[in-house]
Amino acid sequence: MKITELFERGEFVVSAEVGPPKGFHVEHLLEEAKTYLSGITAVNVTDNQSSVMRLGSLAMCKALKDEGLTPIYQLTCRDRNRIALQSDLLSAAMFGIENLLLLTGDHTKLGDHPQAKPVFDLDSVSLIHAVTKLEEGVDLGGNELVGEPPKFAKGAVVSPCSDSVDAQLAKMERKVRAGADYFQTQAVFEPEKFIKFMEKAKEFGKPVQVGIIIPKSAGMAKFMNNNVAGIHVPDEMIEELKKDKEKTKAGITGVEIAARIIKECKPYCQGVHIMALGWESKVPELLKQAGI
Amino acid sequence: MLITELKSRETIAALTEGKKVFIINCVGCKEVHFPEKEATELQKELAAGGNVTGMITTDYICNPENMELRLQKHMDEIKAADVVLVFSCGVGVQTVAGYLEEKKVCAACDTYPLPGFQGVTPLEYKCDQCGECYLNLTGGICPITACSKSLVNGQCGGAKNGKCEVDSNMECGWERIYRRLEKLGRLDVLKCPTQVRNFATDDEVSK
Repeated sequence: MKITELFERGEFVVSAEVGPPKGFHVEHLLEEAKTYLSGITAVNVTDNQSSVMRLGSLAMCKALKDEGLTPIYQLTCRDRNRIALQSDLLSAAMFGIENLLLLTGDHTKLGDHPQAKPVFDLDSVSLIHAVTKLEEGVDLGGNELVGEPPKFAKGAVVSPCSDSVDAQLAKMERKVRAGADYFQTQAVFEPEKFIKFMEKAKEFGKPVQVGIIIPKSAGMAKFMNNNVAGIHVPDEMIEELKKDKEKTKAGITGVEIAARIIKECKPYCQGVHIMALGWESKVPELLKQAGI
Repeated sequence: MLITELKSRETIAALTEGKKVFIINCVGCKEVHFPEKEATELQKELAAGGNVTGMITTDYICNPENMELRLQKHMDEIKAADVVLVFSCGVGVQTVAGYLEEKKVCAACDTYPLPGFQGVTPLEYKCDQCGECYLNLTGGICPITACSKSLVNGQCGGAKNGKCEVDSNMECGWERIYRRLEKLGRLDVLKCPTQVRNFATDDEVSK
C-alpha cells in the first residue's frame, strides 16, 4: 500500500523508523517491529544510517513486508551511483515495496568507514527526478524499461527548524518540482518554528509528517544541540529532563515531551514520523498520550 | 593544463539577451587553452548589437589584486552593465564574482582538464574543471568545490550553524550560494530544472 493513498483519504499518517543491525540476524528487530509497530501505518528502514555500515535497507524492507508490515525504503546517494540506485529501485518494485524516502545521505567521513569513497553521483533532488523518470518508463540514460513501469510513493525530507530555513524551503520546492509526493521532517523540538515553517511549506500542497525523536536524557539533548544539524532542544526541555532522573531514565519524561510536541504540531501537518532510536517499545504509549 | 571552451550560443544568448554586458577576457595563463577566435567572433556580434558597455582583455584575473587593478579603470562601464560576462576558467569567474558581489557575473566558458601542469592560482577559489560550469546557476560560487558533496541542486540537511557537516571550519557552500543569490536578487535561479551531473565531459574533449 502506498502511504500517499492514506494522505489522499485525509488520514493522519504515522510512521516510525528502524535501523538494521550490523550483522544479518534480524529476528530481534522483526519481533520488536511486530510487537510495537504493527499498529502504525508504515515503518521506515534506514540506509546505512549516519554512514555506519549495516545490513541493507532493501533486504530489511522485504523481511518486514513478509511479516505484514508496510515498509518505507530509505535510499541515499552516498554509496551508489545512478546505475546501482536505479537497479535497486527496480528490485524494490519487484518485491512490491511501494514507499520510498529519497535522501542525499550523510558524508562518509561521519561514519565508521571514513576512508570510503563518497559517491554522490546523484543527490536527493536528482534521485527523485530519476524515480519520476522510471515511473514514466525511461531510465536516466534515456533508455526504455521493459514492461509496465514501477509506481512509488516518493518521499523526501526537509529540516523545518534549520538555521537556514529559507534555503531549506527553496530545496523543498526543488524536490516537489522533481516529483516528491510527501515529506518527513528532521526532528522537531520547537513547535512554534515548525508551525511557522508549515505556513510557507503548505503552499507546495504536499503532505508533511512532523519528525519526532523521544528525548532520552538531558545529555542526549545537549549532544544533539551540539552535533545534529537542524535540531535544537530548548533549555526548558533540558531542565525538564534533568528534574526527575529516574522518571527520565524510565522514558516517562521523554514520552511526555514528545507527545506534547505531536499535539501542538498535529493541526498543522498531515502525519507524524517517529525516530525512536532504539526506544521502539515506547511508541505505542507515545501515540496514546498524543491522542492518535 | 586545462582547456576553456565556449558555452553554447544559446546559453550565452540566454544570459545576454536584452541586457547590457561588460566583457572580460583572460588570456594570462600559458597552461590554459583559450578559444580566442570563437570568443572574438561572438563578442563582435554582441558589440554589433550595441549592448556592450565595455570590454577588457587581460591576464591572471584569478589574482585578486591584479584583477582589481585592471577593473578599477572600467568601473563606470561595469556599473552600466546588467551582466559581467567572463571568458576565463572557473577560478577567474569566481574571483570576479567575489569582487563584484552585487553584480550578476556569468561564465561564458566551460573548463575541462588536461593532464599536466595545472597553472598556479593563489587562493581559495577552486575550479574542478568539471566541463559543465555551474557558476551561472549559483551566483558565481562553485557548488562542485565549495560543497563537500559537490551537490548541484541545493544544500543537504547537514549544515550546523552555517558550517559543513564534514568540516566545522568550512562554511556550507550552498548557504553561501543562497545568500549571494539573495543579495543579487536572483533567488529565482534556484527554480532551474533538476541538474544531473555529466561525468563523461572529459570524453568530449578527447573526441
